Amino acid sequence: MHLDHHHDGPAAVSADAHRPNGSRRALRIGLGGPVGSGKTATVAALCRALRDELSLAVVTNDIYTREDAEFLLREAVLPPERITAVETGACPHTAIRDDISANLEAVEDLEDEVGPLDLVLVESGGDNLTATFSKGLVDAQIFVIDVAGGDDIPRKGGPGVTTADLLVVNKTDLAPYVGSDLARMAADAKAQRAELPVVFQSLRTEAGVTDVAAWVRAQLAAWTA
Amino acid sequence: MSRAALLVLADGRFPAGGHAHSGGAEAAVKAGRITGASSLEEFCRGRLHTAGLVSASLAAAAVLGVNPMELDAAADARTPSPALRVAARKLGRQLMRAARATWPSVELDALAREFPKGAHQPVVLGVTARVAGLDAVDAAHCAAYESVSGPASATVRLLSLDPFDATAVLARLAPELDRVADQAVEAAGRVVDHGVDALPSASAPLLEIGAELHAAWPVRLFAS
Repeated sequence: MHLDHHHDGPAAVSADAHRPNGSRRALRIGLGGPVGSGKTATVAALCRALRDELSLAVVTNDIYTREDAEFLLREAVLPPERITAVETGACPHTAIRDDISANLEAVEDLEDEVGPLDLVLVESGGDNLTATFSKGLVDAQIFVIDVAGGDDIPRKGGPGVTTADLLVVNKTDLAPYVGSDLARMAADAKAQRAELPVVFQSLRTEAGVTDVAAWVRAQLAAWTA
Repeated sequence: MSRAALLVLADGRFPAGGHAHSGGAEAAVKAGRITGASSLEEFCRGRLHTAGLVSASLAAAAVLGVNPMELDAAADARTPSPALRVAARKLGRQLMRAARATWPSVELDALAREFPKGAHQPVVLGVTARVAGLDAVDAAHCAAYESVSGPASATVRLLSLDPFDATAVLARLAPELDRVADQAVEAAGRVVDHGVDALPSASAPLLEIGAELHAAWPVRLFAS
């Protein structure tokens, strides 16, 4: 939608690439995936990795509490005014896919209040394997699964695993303890995703979130180019 | 008018943020006032004849071209709970976004410019109905229906209530809903002649009190 690009126009409607004052808005990246796969930990690690080089903010979509937002606040990964929680009415996938209005407001309010921003990370509440972000809300999405959730998840596919712009297989350090076969997960992911990238990571190792942060930087370079 | 436009606007899947709100049902469930289909029906009946009637009248008046600024102030005056005023403005802002994308118009753009953080939802609903080519009675039906459909679908989630029972509650309320819509259109007509003081001011104290308590809970499923 390109309804108003002149100065002092009313707020943008949806995925409009420009803000009402005509400037280009921040890149929005969504992070989704099942409960406990490490979405919030990945967001925290990304904030630590990128906050010195980028102007960042985070929107969380907790299912029934503010715990994810509070975790990020407690970890002090960003100043509190850069973290906003959206309430999702018991349906996190609705708020990121079918009815994105509350999330769009949160993103736009952050840009108005603490901007200009380079990047907004929108974290979904933990949901099922079919939950994906609307293109009206985010420009790219990361789907986070973990090795302990079962090494057959890449083989089973589903919209998140198959179509996300980046698939992250988290907690690789746990693979030997839960009997997950990383080579098989990588082969299955390749079969489901063809050329779409996959990152295997453990936030407990020194490399940590390095690969995902590099992918985010590349997305941002493409967005601002 | 287009009858189909009314279906688009009244559809529970119209993406205007309603799914995150229970219309007071979450507070009422916690307080033991809604425990099943029959108490849900009583709750919805009460909401329909109070908040529902006021919302429907505001929406109908907006369709008739009454100044949205005046209607918004009148809605504020009829909503004692600060938490409910916040919720109504949030929902109004979300509806404004959906409406502008769905029925692009100068009138909605002007409303968005006037209320960047949102006007009361029924006022936005009325202006939306107007630009969609609908009549006052359509907007009134929409507002009245939303006043009961929100709590009904929220209760399905909150109590694991049988969804068929919840829908049957809405069907049983339909004749009353028609009457409330007609009352709202009559009231809106009086507003055109006599100003916003002619709007009904029926209120439900337990809804207001429940909303204030609910807003302070640390753990909840719905935003209001």
